[in-house]
Amino acid sequence: MTQLPESSSAPRSDAVSVKAVDKTFDTRSGQVQALTSIDLTVSAGEFVSLIGPSGCGKSTLMRLIADLDQPTAGSVTVFGKTASQARRDQDYGIAFQQAGLLPWRTVAANVGLPLELHGASSSARSARVAELLDMVGLSDFADRYPDQLSGGMQQRVAIARSLAEKPDLLLMDEPFGALDEMTRERMQTELLRICAETGAAVVFVTHSIPEAVYLSDRVVVMSPRPGRIQEIVPMALTRDPEHAEALREERAFFDGVTAVREALHTGSPVPTGARGVENR
Amino acid sequence: MVLTLSEKPRATASQESALRILAPVAVGLVVLGVWQFLVSVVGISDYLLPSPVAIAGQFIEFFPSIVAATGMTGLNALLGLIVGSLLGILLAALAAGWRPIDQMSAPIVASLAVIPIVALAPVLNSMFGADSQFGRQAIAGLASFVPVFINTLRGFRQTLPVHRDLMKVYAASSGQIVRTVTLPTAVPFVFTGIRIASSLAVISALVAEYFGGPRGGLGGLISTSAASSAYPRAWAYVVASIVLGLVFFLVTLALERLATRSRQRSSLS
Repeated sequence: MTQLPESSSAPRSDAVSVKAVDKTFDTRSGQVQALTSIDLTVSAGEFVSLIGPSGCGKSTLMRLIADLDQPTAGSVTVFGKTASQARRDQDYGIAFQQAGLLPWRTVAANVGLPLELHGASSSARSARVAELLDMVGLSDFADRYPDQLSGGMQQRVAIARSLAEKPDLLLMDEPFGALDEMTRERMQTELLRICAETGAAVVFVTHSIPEAVYLSDRVVVMSPRPGRIQEIVPMALTRDPEHAEALREERAFFDGVTAVREALHTGSPVPTGARGVENR
Repeated sequence: MVLTLSEKPRATASQESALRILAPVAVGLVVLGVWQFLVSVVGISDYLLPSPVAIAGQFIEFFPSIVAATGMTGLNALLGLIVGSLLGILLAALAAGWRPIDQMSAPIVASLAVIPIVALAPVLNSMFGADSQFGRQAIAGLASFVPVFINTLRGFRQTLPVHRDLMKVYAASSGQIVRTVTLPTAVPFVFTGIRIASSLAVISALVAEYFGGPRGGLGGLISTSAASSAYPRAWAYVVASIVLGLVFFLVTLALERLATRSRQRSSLS
């Protein structure tokens, strides 16, 4: 593996730390304030969702953490390093709304792509690819091409690929956004299982309230123009890996949905901390 | 998802492919029959429209000369196609990588695209002398260059944003990005350009031969046969030109299929 030693070290340092971040985009019609004074900390192993209406900057925030864009002001650190150093050290894996597989490569070659780019030996690569395909339940499809798979299967390939370097942080930008409701629920349960297996922290961007509530330890509710954090709603769900699906019908789940919905629908700025919400 | 074809659609599929071959053959035979009928029964004069039988007779009689001429024209077109395509790919790569080259080349390519070959051929033929094939090859190369350049450049710009983001996430070097994403994305476009260029290369080589230069070549022989009122012979050379053009087209089509076969296979199944 090309796993660098420092990526799994940094004992209990926070996975992500965003401090006083602003982001403005220069467009033809002038400057657009995408994010303003964002403060957010994600602990190691924690699952945090970013939710909010279109244009609230949730994807932008994720791109800043991934070092795909740079903040205009403030700082982003990932495992105590700068975002750009963390990217070069492959400290995080990433999945987008589009699976973004290379159509001329087989499923196995797609999953092994990051390892191949980072110079892993072909034997180490094929062993890891087999392990990952097993994890996402696609071992039988290793030699297929992406176009031969359904949308849900393509997205599972993309998730396997994002886990290739054994990252301690997963960044996911609406990875299930294009899937039908049933596939989506199955994928959510699988994602939780994979996270439990790998112990990775997750920053998960989504439009869906139930999805955010079902998956997360904390839900970050954002509001647009300019994008800012409205509230951070902690979830008090007890997870039982044996009966992951049952959670969707529990009282605590519906309470979580209500709390997030109310936070989202608070149009005017409301002092954070209302309804017993803790803001770390 | 994998679709498994049941027995019934497979049977109709084979019928369909047989029909796909039989239908055009039948149309061709009917056309030839009507043509022969018009000439031999209705009595259209031979210099207006030679009969298929007369053309076939000339084709057989002058077969060695037809083969030699087809070889010469084919070589001119092939050299032009190869050199023109290579230049097109090279310049497109430079233009994709470096914006000033793109801006400098845009007007040149636009004017190359509209150069009348009919006008250029006599100029080049007299420039390079009566015993040189170079002018003809240059014209074929010029005609091939344009579609290859335009398609390749478009192909280099098809890289999806999500693939670019991924490559950045993987901290891939620019060489790795070109190899893993940019080139494979561009390949189908390059081959589409070459396929379009292949027909153009044959046509322009023929036209260049038609307008002078050394003797020989299908274009030159069509011109001299027509000038000496040997119309059936001129038509026999036209038939050979059509065959040559089709061969170029089919070979480049096969290359295109070969180069994109993983994508073809996946979209078919």
